[in-house]
Amino acid sequence: MDNVIRRRTLGARLARWAVYAVLVGMALFYLLPLVVMLLTSVKPLEEIRAGSLLALPQAPTLAPWVKAWSEACTGMRCEGVGGYFWNSFRIVIPAVAISTFLGALNGYALTKWRFRGADLIFALMLFGCFIPFQVVLLPMARTLGWLGLSNSTAGLVLVHVVFGIAFTTLFFRNFYVAIPNELVSAAKLDGAGFFRIFWRILLPVSAPIFVVSVIWQFTQIWNDFLFGVAFSAFETQPVTVALNNMVNTSTGVKEYNVDMAAAMIAALPTLVVYVLAGKYFVRGLTAGSVKG
Amino acid sequence: MSALEIRQVRKDFGATRVLKDVSLSIDSGEFLILVGPSGCGKSTLMNSIAGLEPVTSGQILIGEEDVTWCTPAERDIAMVFQSYALYPSMTVRQNIAFGLEMRKVPKAEREEAVDRVADLLQITPLLDRKPSQLSGGQRQRVAMGRALAREPKIYLFDEPLSNLDAKLRVEMRTEIKKLHLRLGTTIVYVTHDQIEAMTLADRIAVMRDGHIRQLGTPDEVYNDPADMFVAGFMGSPSMNFINATLEGDAGAYRLVIETPDAPRLTLPWPAHRDTSAMKEQIGRRVVLGLRPEHFSEEDIRLTDQAEGTLLTAPVTVSEPTGADILLRLPLGEGEVTARVGPKIKVKAGDRVDLRVDMSRAVLFMPDSEQRLA
Amino acid sequence: MSTTSLARGVGTNAARRTPAARLQDWLPRLVVAPSFAVSLFFVYGFMIWTFILSLTNSRMLPQYDFVGFAQYARLMVNERWWVASTNLVIFGGLFVVICLVIGAGLAILLDQRIRQEGVLRTVYLYPMALSLIVTGVVWKWLLNPSLGIESMVRGWGFESFQFDWLVDSDMAIYTLVLAAVWQASGFVMALFLAGLRGIDDNILKAAQLDGASLPRVYWRVVMPCLRPVVFSAVMILSHIAIKSFDLVMALTGGGPGYATDLPATFMYAHAFTRAQIGLGSASAMLMLGAVLAILVPYLFSELRGRKHG
Repeated sequence: MDNVIRRRTLGARLARWAVYAVLVGMALFYLLPLVVMLLTSVKPLEEIRAGSLLALPQAPTLAPWVKAWSEACTGMRCEGVGGYFWNSFRIVIPAVAISTFLGALNGYALTKWRFRGADLIFALMLFGCFIPFQVVLLPMARTLGWLGLSNSTAGLVLVHVVFGIAFTTLFFRNFYVAIPNELVSAAKLDGAGFFRIFWRILLPVSAPIFVVSVIWQFTQIWNDFLFGVAFSAFETQPVTVALNNMVNTSTGVKEYNVDMAAAMIAALPTLVVYVLAGKYFVRGLTAGSVKG
Repeated sequence: MSALEIRQVRKDFGATRVLKDVSLSIDSGEFLILVGPSGCGKSTLMNSIAGLEPVTSGQILIGEEDVTWCTPAERDIAMVFQSYALYPSMTVRQNIAFGLEMRKVPKAEREEAVDRVADLLQITPLLDRKPSQLSGGQRQRVAMGRALAREPKIYLFDEPLSNLDAKLRVEMRTEIKKLHLRLGTTIVYVTHDQIEAMTLADRIAVMRDGHIRQLGTPDEVYNDPADMFVAGFMGSPSMNFINATLEGDAGAYRLVIETPDAPRLTLPWPAHRDTSAMKEQIGRRVVLGLRPEHFSEEDIRLTDQAEGTLLTAPVTVSEPTGADILLRLPLGEGEVTARVGPKIKVKAGDRVDLRVDMSRAVLFMPDSEQRLA
Repeated sequence: MSTTSLARGVGTNAARRTPAARLQDWLPRLVVAPSFAVSLFFVYGFMIWTFILSLTNSRMLPQYDFVGFAQYARLMVNERWWVASTNLVIFGGLFVVICLVIGAGLAILLDQRIRQEGVLRTVYLYPMALSLIVTGVVWKWLLNPSLGIESMVRGWGFESFQFDWLVDSDMAIYTLVLAAVWQASGFVMALFLAGLRGIDDNILKAAQLDGASLPRVYWRVVMPCLRPVVFSAVMILSHIAIKSFDLVMALTGGGPGYATDLPATFMYAHAFTRAQIGLGSASAMLMLGAVLAILVPYLFSELRGRKHG
């Protein structure tokens, strides 16, 4: 933060060590669950019962992962979480694509073609970011029923698109607001129309905000549990719901290693995204951090 | 033939009226400059001409055709923006050709136009660069190139030089002037820089509060200002306004100036510049407007000896600018600025003798700020 | 309301505009219209719908026999609701305060020209990328009395060590706090760090030239600058707390008994599993009220701040 010269006294050096100690200690606290999850997921059950949480596996095995993927029981059925993992993708990919596309168009229309009432419309839409979703659950269930989308993947895609547009619109609006209006004016004078200006002038410079929006929507929808548990059937439920069912299935022997492997499987896609595009992830968080 | 005609244009933003029934007519090939302080409505007028903002009422005609309700594209106008507004994702070549592409000009013609414009503005080596790889001056050229490629009916320039450094600004100013002389294009040019206005314009429209206060050649606007605002806005350092009392009678008016701690100064008004309105102001307060260059050193002979009145005053500040010296001295209730030659040797506190050239002085009414004579 | 304001926007001269100009006027509105209509229906319409449901005695299926505010009255005397609300106050309060302390502390320490800052930041923030279900599952395992942290510490020789909050109905609520803080405090750190980096360096230099010690600089100069960050962090965190559902479901399932119920789980249980749609709707409306109570002052001060800024 500063470049001011300070005297390197003993006290100052001790303080510096203390700072590092606290920072590393906290890092261990944050890492502990991940490490334990990983270790447990490759240990046989006997080793878990006998040894400590942090003990390294004596006989590492991938069997729990295999079982979690294809055999573990989630409620009544014992087919593992693999199928639900793909379910999640079937929900996430269209929902992310549609909501990001609509958000981009909305953001563009609301900032670069400022018609009367644009601010009011934006404010009203933005409110969708803030509501507790409990307040829409029951009507949503009825509406999905009317639309014939109850318990379907398409139904969940619809729900995520509807409540995702508020965020994507917010992202793109804030991004496009910072792009000079004169660019659009120049294009208008050059003879380009609404869609042409979007396609030729705005889109080519929108890559960063597309990444932010896609990552944010991906993480949110992948991690969703409430909509998944409320609006899906057995065959269509996302991986988070399957994981929860699996862990809370109380029949037979509790296989902690399989639970942890399943948790790892459910966590991996978003962790990979975080590691690969952490910068954009943080940007999305701070911009759209209003969502719980 | 008028290239652009603006009739009674009015523009409201909510409750504020930004343009108050502005009317203006520009001849084909004319270089018109809109000048005024920020918030005077000049940029709004520009945007209204371009069709970027709809007007509240009034009419805009381009080449005799009513375009008031046309889109910007339908008006066939090109504009150079203050921020240049180059499309960041396109190369210089694509930037210049974009307008032609949108108008479905065949590729070969587009390339020809790009080459012609690049040659004209000497930006051929830059054609395959992106705007982010250009300097400010280069961007400015590309922005002009984009406008020139299309050969529209009218060019609009919105403070095109204000983002350049001082030296580049002077260079580009000259270049724009040369381009205009060479191409004979119709140009409407917005600036807040009155030197740009004086040097470039065929005619200047001085705007304030949504009105055009004066429309005239640079010489008219500078030497024959319509009111105190125009007089004060044009010229740097700006015109001195001195409170005085009008005495005497037609043919022999005098302006009497009271300066604290100094003898009263009486300046005879040149009889040939009398106006009939002056009669009603006899014995009343008026505002005398004198530009800094209307003062001169005592030993320089004025063209009309009789109108040069001697003024002796102590110098409060002396500011050499290199080419000449600006002196501040008390006159009337405040201080005035006088521009004198660089050879005069004075420092603060010295008394100087200056002659006042009344042949170019102007008089205003103190309340309405309108021109009296 | 929307149609009239839209129509007015085109102006009284609409008829005189060229077709292209009219298209240019309407296209942006047409593009936004579907999203806006969807928002009106799915957000505002559904809020009203839920409110209407909360005035009925719907049980298994929505039906429209209005009973006034009877469901709210029932809620007020429902012990489980009171447990859930009390839990929200405890959970929310602790969660917000602890996250703020840890987040601000870590941000300030990280701001001391730390080696490997990027790595540490990544580590602190990764839990935010995880599903709360995963978080719940992992912490459930860590807090498992016979095999988790308790047994690990006992294995180190501290035989009397006890850490069985998960199965203790008085303490279970704090396990939620622990897991939630683990998940969100890194994010608060990121907010504060961004705030710290946004402070003009020259202010700090000036303060140090004035002879202020580093802790004093932070307390007197930096912290006041971070007030807006604190404000938005509090608002975001309380928002998360009110909506907390996933974590409870995965970590405690609301138990033991209903000791760790929160309004969100209460609502879900009554609306979807206990066939009390009317009561569930009433609880959802109260949750909305709580969010608004936090949100409205926040937005108000945001807007006012922007006007002054």
